[in-house]
Amino acid sequence: MAIRPRTAFERFWGRFKSNGPAVAGGFIVLSVFVIALLAPILSLYDPAYIDVGKILAAPNSDHLLGTDELGRDVFSRMIWGSRISLLVGFVAVGIAILIGILIGAVASYYGGWIDDVLMQFVDIMLSIPTFFLILAVIAIVEPSIWNIMIVIGVTSWMGVARLVRGQFLALKEKDFVTAARALGANDLRMIFLHLLPNALSPVYVSAVLGVAGAILIESSLSFLGLGVQPPTPSWGSIITAGKDTIEIAWWLTLFPGLAILITVLGYNLLGEGLQDALNPRLKG
Amino acid sequence: MNAGIPPGPDSTRIGSAEIPLLSVKNLKKYFPVREGLFGRPDRRVHAVDGVSFDLRSGEILGLVGESGCGKSTTGRLILRLLEPTSGEVRFMNENVFEADARRMRELRREMQIIFQDPYASLNPRRTIGATLEEPLIIHRIGTKEERRARVRGLLEKVGLDPDAVNRYPHEFSGGQRQRIGVARALALNPKLIVADEPVSSLDVSIQAQVINLLEDIQDEYRLSMIFIAHDLNMVRHISDRVAVMYLGRIVELAEASDLYRHPLHPYTEALLAAIPIPDPKAGRRRIILEGDLPSPVDLPQGCRFYSRCPKRLPDCLKEDPPLVQIQPLHWAACILAR
Repeated sequence: MAIRPRTAFERFWGRFKSNGPAVAGGFIVLSVFVIALLAPILSLYDPAYIDVGKILAAPNSDHLLGTDELGRDVFSRMIWGSRISLLVGFVAVGIAILIGILIGAVASYYGGWIDDVLMQFVDIMLSIPTFFLILAVIAIVEPSIWNIMIVIGVTSWMGVARLVRGQFLALKEKDFVTAARALGANDLRMIFLHLLPNALSPVYVSAVLGVAGAILIESSLSFLGLGVQPPTPSWGSIITAGKDTIEIAWWLTLFPGLAILITVLGYNLLGEGLQDALNPRLKG
Repeated sequence: MNAGIPPGPDSTRIGSAEIPLLSVKNLKKYFPVREGLFGRPDRRVHAVDGVSFDLRSGEILGLVGESGCGKSTTGRLILRLLEPTSGEVRFMNENVFEADARRMRELRREMQIIFQDPYASLNPRRTIGATLEEPLIIHRIGTKEERRARVRGLLEKVGLDPDAVNRYPHEFSGGQRQRIGVARALALNPKLIVADEPVSSLDVSIQAQVINLLEDIQDEYRLSMIFIAHDLNMVRHISDRVAVMYLGRIVELAEASDLYRHPLHPYTEALLAAIPIPDPKAGRRRIILEGDLPSPVDLPQGCRFYSRCPKRLPDCLKEDPPLVQIQPLHWAACILAR
């Protein structure tokens, strides 16, 4: 063939790379990844190393971003903290997507009362203020990093469920799905080979945006002391320590705050960019 | 006199020894109309409203009618891709709607479908090889090597390069995709294929190729086929018999040659008059149907075709004429034909 038509991925990539903010978002996301990956190399100090001689030191050549109230290096703590943020973000979103796909797929594939019951459940979940639900649960269970990931995941799958359900309902009317039924394909084959692979592109977008949300929730919880427990460094908990000394040690709140801001911004830009590139007709 | 294949339970089957491959009896499908909160709850679209016909083994039946007449719904009911409101479809004398899930899966080996839109009928994320191998996997046919060989054979059969197995649907043209759709329908060696407007969305130049392919295949495999189309011209060439549908009913059913030469129903006459003649000097009488198709929700009283019929009589409002045998192999639902 002389001219091969461009694949869906090539068309997607062409649209994505010409979208400046999206590429910037992708760059941020990638950078935070590399930083988290290289944490043992990049951090100059042990993040838990207490140096009582250097309490609340301002940023200087030894401590690029200063030290905290126990004399720990803020730069190193932030670099290790990025691991916590990404870990919580990805695992929580992974849990949310698995639950969301399962519920959305089952509801729309089987329809009828199963659909009614599951979607009522989604509506109930959506009507509960998620953050307060998380606070209540964390107050009962031990606030460990694993519990936080599970709780965030279990409270943020509803959007994915609705997305997958909507996609399935549209796909069920397509001839290729009818063809599979006419061939006698069973439910698992229908769902996993014909429906789900064609329903995933909006889920990718939702997942990327969800990581930003999960990072924010984790930071907020850690800020409130209900998140990752000391001495494990987390961006939220560094800010907590910094809020008491904000008048004399601004670097304790400013730098982790910026880290959260930039990371969340990066995921949001990337998510929006994916959205535009995957569904160019929806672009407003 | 051999009455041939009667269209419905009301006609007697005289002298026909063989059991037809497919027998459709008084098939009905009503879809509920979803309206606003206070809409009348019992309103229904009468998509298929009492269709009966038989299909012989090895026969091609053309099923013709305009959009919304229920021809596609009829096709999908026959394959039990939809559950009927009432009625019966007997395939090799077995009621398809009474088959349990396991039996249904066995029956699906014997009856397949070809779709109208070749751009919607192939899963865009699966290779052609995977799509064509799927029926064989579902029905556990052959070893992996045998299945691969069969897939390549199928591609050759429909006139495509067997090396296409690793390519995706978007790399093919509409006509090529339709050939892949035909290959998929053939994969299980079915006895019956419902071709749901298989060439309507193709370029005219490609239409003939695909029709010829279907004819060759029908001939080779001794398939029975229900060929759904929206104009009579399309099915003239390929059909042994033709059924004309209007508003959920068959209004005329006859041997193809007979139907084209001596149509008995005014609707069939109008459809025949609408076929373009490739001679600008040829004089002909055009029949312009007035008005639109009546709503299949609020069916008119009397004959369904009354509102648009150029030959309507006051008597036509008295009853909805049933499909009756007018001549040995010719049925029509019109009081004028009797």
